[in-house]
Amino acid sequence: MDWDIVIGIETHVQLRTNSKQFSGASTAYGSEPNSQACLVSLAYPGVLPVLNKEAVNCAIRFGLATDAEIASRSIFARKNYFYPDLPKGYQISQFELPIVNHGKLSISINGKEKEVRILRAHLEEDAGKSLHGIVQGKTGIDLNRAGTPLLEIVTEPDMSSADEAVTYAKKLHELVQWIGICDGNMQEGSFRCDVNVSVKKKGDTKLGTRREIKNLNSFRFIKQAIDYEVNWQIERLEDGEKIDQATILFNPETGETRAMRSKEEANDYRYFPDPDLLPLEVTANMIDKIKLSMPELPASVAERFEKNLGLSSYDASELTANREVTNYFNNVLQFECSPKITANWILGVIFSQLKEKDISISLCPISPAQLAKLIQRIEDQTISNNAAKKVFDALWQKPNTEIDLLIDELGLRQISDSGAIDQLVEEVINANINMVNEFKSGKEKAFNALIGQVMKASKGKANPAQVSEILKKKLTI
Amino acid sequence: MINLSLKSLNQGLVKKKFSSLELTQFFLNRVEKHNSDINAFISIDAEKSLTQAKHADALIQSGQNSLLTGIPVAQKDIFCSAGWRTTCGSLMLDNFISPYDATVIQKFNEVGAVNLGKTNMDEFAMGSSNETSYYGSVKNPWDLSLVPGGSSGGSAAAIAARLAPAATGTDTGGSIRQPASLCGFTGLKPTYGLVSRFGMIAFASSLDQAGPMAPSAEDCAVLLNVMAGYDEKDSTSINHEKEDYLANLDEPIKGLRIGVPKEFFEKGLDGSVQKVIEAALMSYKKMGAELVDISLPNTHLAIPVYYVIAPAEASSNLSRYDGVRYGYRAKEYNDLMDMYFKTRQEGFGEEVKRRILIGTYVLSAGYYDAYYLKAQKIRKLISDDFKKAFEKCDVIMGPSAPSVAFKANEKKSDPLAMYLQDIYTISTNLAGLPGMSIPAGMIDNLPVGLQLIGNYFKESQMLNIAHAFQKETDWHTRMPDGVS
Amino acid sequence: MTINQKDIEKIAHLARINISEEESATLEVKLNSIISMIDKMQEVNTDNVEPMSHALEVTQPLREDKVTESDIRSDALKIAPEVVDSTFIVPQVIE
Repeated sequence: MDWDIVIGIETHVQLRTNSKQFSGASTAYGSEPNSQACLVSLAYPGVLPVLNKEAVNCAIRFGLATDAEIASRSIFARKNYFYPDLPKGYQISQFELPIVNHGKLSISINGKEKEVRILRAHLEEDAGKSLHGIVQGKTGIDLNRAGTPLLEIVTEPDMSSADEAVTYAKKLHELVQWIGICDGNMQEGSFRCDVNVSVKKKGDTKLGTRREIKNLNSFRFIKQAIDYEVNWQIERLEDGEKIDQATILFNPETGETRAMRSKEEANDYRYFPDPDLLPLEVTANMIDKIKLSMPELPASVAERFEKNLGLSSYDASELTANREVTNYFNNVLQFECSPKITANWILGVIFSQLKEKDISISLCPISPAQLAKLIQRIEDQTISNNAAKKVFDALWQKPNTEIDLLIDELGLRQISDSGAIDQLVEEVINANINMVNEFKSGKEKAFNALIGQVMKASKGKANPAQVSEILKKKLTI
Repeated sequence: MINLSLKSLNQGLVKKKFSSLELTQFFLNRVEKHNSDINAFISIDAEKSLTQAKHADALIQSGQNSLLTGIPVAQKDIFCSAGWRTTCGSLMLDNFISPYDATVIQKFNEVGAVNLGKTNMDEFAMGSSNETSYYGSVKNPWDLSLVPGGSSGGSAAAIAARLAPAATGTDTGGSIRQPASLCGFTGLKPTYGLVSRFGMIAFASSLDQAGPMAPSAEDCAVLLNVMAGYDEKDSTSINHEKEDYLANLDEPIKGLRIGVPKEFFEKGLDGSVQKVIEAALMSYKKMGAELVDISLPNTHLAIPVYYVIAPAEASSNLSRYDGVRYGYRAKEYNDLMDMYFKTRQEGFGEEVKRRILIGTYVLSAGYYDAYYLKAQKIRKLISDDFKKAFEKCDVIMGPSAPSVAFKANEKKSDPLAMYLQDIYTISTNLAGLPGMSIPAGMIDNLPVGLQLIGNYFKESQMLNIAHAFQKETDWHTRMPDGVS
Repeated sequence: MTINQKDIEKIAHLARINISEEESATLEVKLNSIISMIDKMQEVNTDNVEPMSHALEVTQPLREDKVTESDIRSDALKIAPEVVDSTFIVPQVIE
């Protein structure tokens, strides 16, 4: 029995604003409980919401970045339900008329491009936090997070595998950071996905019943949860049982999903337009102003890197995965270094160092200028690529050191003087007649062995390219 | 002192005939003496009031005063006042000491007015007789066996009994105008958005407006000058240019076109009340106004529409009362659900619960289109009725209430009968227009109010029209027997 | 449209209000009288009418993204029914 998997994703993106969606309370993460809960956050009698301009700008930026329609008029609606972390007893969201409609995001799957349609994106507010374990059998409510601006991004059910879902989620995660609307910190809850999963018999046009896996905040969990859920659904259907619509939670420890207890009865949210807020007007003027301040989008930058700089599409894609990396790369190129060498160094040595130290490129101690200098010294043959790696390691410990000083300190200055190399080669040839004869009788490997001898004799400082050239000349006479 | 206008009281303070401290103490004494008869006040805090009075006296001393400086004002217990218990007439907020001031309260504080105390009201502003308050019913000072009207019944009784020279109220379906009519004083509901709703405990957000309650139109103008004004903390607050509502009080009204809606004079209106209103209209005619017949054809739908929209908005606004962060919480409960259910069962009174249920119902799945959406459409029709009418007239007049004050308990058990009290006032709130009630006569020593409905932001004109009537008549100076 | 006690139970559940059996009976009568009054709305045709939410043609004002509110924690916790470690305590929330 062949099955189709159908996945749609709703992502809650916390917007990078200083203050909350509907009040001037701070949105800073990690403060003492309820120290950032203002009158409005606490839902005191009589308080009223006033909309954050920057949150609207963020939504517009997202609409522009996904080629979406930005509504000139959108309405805020109340989503009514009771929960202790929802102080008003309703969430202010958008229902029938959201601010962004019909966008798209392209993902690359197995080398092929696939378009995921974004049905809508709307502005709403986050709820507070429930803290368990403060008192036995009770829950403590912290409203610092209540009211934080969110953009909820909803796709059509266009994804057909866990891989596609994760690829989309990753791409979206990069994009919202790229355009500066979200800090992307998943551990802090800045980017949370609800994944809707259903299965149907291959070729069936009718969709199966979907279950919604809530609040996945890591890409690994998204994959695990989908894999488990798909298997679970298929097993049930193959057993002849039917699937009930449900909201489910993923347990990262067991790797299993299970239905939430409190959502047994479908919630009737009784949406209606919030009478405390007026229709949100977005003018062409506002959109144009924001267009001017938008950064070039990653796909477009990657294309430029491929066409103008001759980078491979993989490298171009990796270098535009995140704006900080792109900025770093561009900054190095300002010193007119070879784009290919620069790309290799960033994606190779630097990335592996960053991974080991578990830091982002913004915390890389080696500045673009320093890396540029190092690459220049490779390009002008002062040091070999291998020697450069040693300089790099030393530089990492003492990032402000003059590179030339470091090269001399480490004695890594490459011997490029052809006269000196000539002499070394001569000496090695004379000391290794057997190897020379082996080469002359057809053993290619002997050539490299001879080079190795020269390098040894020069304590690694001889310019390998020059050694090779001179040795070849001498041996083919 | 009990029948001095606000302007005269101001003169008295400025000319040092008395101090704010003395004035405030005077009214506090009156409250202490008479409040138990009428139950107009829920909270009195003499210490706080007198401290404000002292501060006012200092302002007056240094010449930095305005008309309301040092004047005691009774505040409907719907306005959050920092440090004061603010109950909204409900057990739900019986223990709620507000941590902040409503914008309206802040404005009074800024000019140095004195908070005389928090007045009684129908629970969460839901009612037309002040019989649903957790703190007991309010009695009409004209006849203690009768209701004062509602929901601003406490403020109304305080004015009628002259326990305060001025008061604030709120009006969602008539809760300033109807009590003004039943208690014989002047009350004004401004254009929606003129007065900030920040800090005013919400009942029906798209209908609620705060307004002044005082013996005369001139007094109301003094109060409105302080209360009105754009507030960026209220998204529905309108940035209307600041006006001086006293400036045009004495404009001549000759040539004024008064629209008289035939729907306001159909069955349901008490015959004697009708006579009083007609006499008042005649007075205006004598003053040079012209009476124009108009029609507001959708008037009969105002009550059904109101009783969909108001409970719907209220059901959502009152969801925050859940015992989690402040206010009442049930004493015993087994789990979270139980806590919610019991807290809200015990904390809310009957009328509030009824309206929450109606509101929840009309918003629920399957009913939204037929009820809430339909109501908002008819609301547009009602609003358009007024637009058309204002093409033919400058102001609309009619009765404020269908009868004089009725007996306590008479309509309490019949919600529909109670709802009909608001039949003439409700459409004004639905359209967001300003409305006033001024004393126009008496029937068996019970007051009858004349309602004025103006076009958007025409408060200045309405106060002028009311003032003109009050220059020719003395109904607004009458006091109940026994008030001295 | 009439509602019965089962409907009332559902609505009361949504509104998180306990209704006793006696209350339910009286409510049924009173709510139905209100609902039949409300049903009068169906008399009028509103096919081409726009719903009105605000009387005047106004749009939402936007607030500058600045932190304007300070820590009022001590005042807020003081008036709360149950507080531990600066959090509002409720019976355990079970998901």
